[in-house]
Amino acid sequence: MTAEPTEERVTHWDRIILPDIRNFHTIDVYLANGGYKALKKALEMKPEDVTDQVKKSNLRGRGGACFPTGLKWTFMPKQTTKPKYLCVNGDESEPGTFKDREIFERNPHLLIEGIVIACYAMGITTAYLYIRGEYGKWVRMVEKALMDAYTNGFVGQNICGSGFSTNIYVHKGAGAYICGEESALMNSLEGQRGYPRVKPPFPAQNGVWGCPTTINNVETLANVPVIIDKGWEWYSKVGAAKHPGPILVGVSGHVNRPGVYEMPTGEPLLEIIYRYAGGIPGDKAIKAVIPGGSSTMILRGDQLEGIRMDAESLKAAGSSVGTAGMIVMDEDTDLIKVITRISKFYYHESCGQCTPCREGTGWLWKILKRFETGQARKTDVDLLMEIANNIEGNTICALGDAAAWPVQSMIRRFRDEFEKRVVAEVETAVA
Amino acid sequence: MFTEENLKKVEELKKRYPTTQALTLPVLWLAQEQFGYVSEETMKYVANLLHVPFGHILGVVSFYTMFHREPCGRHHLEVCTNVSCMLRGSDQIVNHLEKKLGIKMGETTKDKRWTLSEVECMGSCGSAPMFAVGEEYYENLSIDKVDQILTELK
Ligand SMILES: Cc1cc2nc3c(=O)[nH]c(=O)nc-3n(C[C@H](O)[C@H](O)[C@H](O)COP(=O)(O)O)c2cc1C
Ligand code: SF4
Ligand code: FES
Repeated sequence: MTAEPTEERVTHWDRIILPDIRNFHTIDVYLANGGYKALKKALEMKPEDVTDQVKKSNLRGRGGACFPTGLKWTFMPKQTTKPKYLCVNGDESEPGTFKDREIFERNPHLLIEGIVIACYAMGITTAYLYIRGEYGKWVRMVEKALMDAYTNGFVGQNICGSGFSTNIYVHKGAGAYICGEESALMNSLEGQRGYPRVKPPFPAQNGVWGCPTTINNVETLANVPVIIDKGWEWYSKVGAAKHPGPILVGVSGHVNRPGVYEMPTGEPLLEIIYRYAGGIPGDKAIKAVIPGGSSTMILRGDQLEGIRMDAESLKAAGSSVGTAGMIVMDEDTDLIKVITRISKFYYHESCGQCTPCREGTGWLWKILKRFETGQARKTDVDLLMEIANNIEGNTICALGDAAAWPVQSMIRRFRDEFEKRVVAEVETAVA
Repeated sequence: MFTEENLKKVEELKKRYPTTQALTLPVLWLAQEQFGYVSEETMKYVANLLHVPFGHILGVVSFYTMFHREPCGRHHLEVCTNVSCMLRGSDQIVNHLEKKLGIKMGETTKDKRWTLSEVECMGSCGSAPMFAVGEEYYENLSIDKVDQILTELK
């Protein structure tokens, strides 16, 4: 069932984001293994050359939208009298996603190094690392690492004697998925409710406190030292050409070895499920896979052949990489229950600013519950689709889309599951 | 009233942000850590401390799910029921907890020992099912493991 040829590449992949080295999270071990070398190298380059390296590497954001990181950095104004800010997005709340937590725990210095390099490249002197409130334990781990980085002169004043200074502050969220959306994150950082902002203006012009701001995901920034250290030529050759580099794939659900796996982009999904995650318990068949966190479009288990974990391949397959949090479901899974639970989540997390999202997510959930309890009418399938279509693209932020896509794809690819529930109900009613 | 130590922390925090309003979340966290929950009195105190309107603080506290306006039981069990946990049996964990503690989701036992809540994805999908008690995550749960944890927490 699995494709064979990639085996060699996988086993020869030396993990760099989450290396298999004891106590790598401590600064001593990190330094003993070449840590902060990339920072020193970057500080000897011109800031625009650092950005150029990131741009040429083709690194794309790991926070969900796969936006080219180097390009995003060039949006920051060079001449400005205002302070500039970096917001590091560690809100990690999309169901099925648990990768940034591994970086906090196992390689916080790589993240810190990446943050300082990014600040240097964009001329930023203050960075805020926003970590979801539930990760209190991981906040402490990161704060410990940060203190050590300060003490050793890698953060703060006159970093490594270069004359460049920047501060990093950890900011703890308080339980709201929407604060992972970049403009909501900025409002939350300002001490407000986490309401997304209407764009434009874009953060690079008018971000946090009205100042130029860049928002990057934790894993995205952890890739930056790797690019500087090994060069963009090497980096751009790892994995899928248009979406290169190592990627942290979180596999959960019905697999024998759930967990976060580091691999080059472009690995076949079947390879990830069978080789990395050890296959399906009881050797059952795969009914469905959500490839990149709960908002990404669901794929049929019998159509996974040839689909790979990269932006292009998943787009062609009618889904997306998202956060690369794969949720695997075996043949016995009740997909109606799954989609009802997902819809409940988006309804719960909608901030309520836009009518289509506030009302629509509630309707979706309500109607789906009818399917779950066997009270749905046949016309409810189309009604669901219509509501989802009316949410998509009509809201301030992408949470609306995130709520619509799972429902649309579930109906498109598993319409029979919905219809089964309806027909069965009518028959029992008649009987 | 904040402790001396917390007041010192507030002064430190002020150096980190260009506005005092930005201290809202960090200071509410300090308050919740000191008092266990965020009462109306606490909100008034924080509003005064930061020179922001009471309504602002109330708005923020009610927006974020992690600020509690009522005291919880001594141990607050937050059980994730989102997809990945659901696929790995969070329903059974919930049923077991409700039966064992004699309360439903969202309730606190009479002796104020346990509070049970349903939460959204906690970022432990790879070690599901799970619940959290304070900052501690209990992962890869089974019924036996739950029983063992409950005994230890008593
Ligand atoms: C509802 C919603 C929630 C999001 N949550 C997160 C999150 O938890 N972490 C994250 O990095 N990005 C999240 N994003 C994406 C961010 O808005 C933003 O695109 C990302 O942080 C940019 O970083 P990147 O370019 O490095 O990927 C979310 C987006 C939406 C619409
Ligand atoms: S789409 Fe939903 S979450 Fe986003 S701003 Fe509108 S109501 Fe809020
Ligand atoms: S779904 Fe339960 S921790 Fe993610």
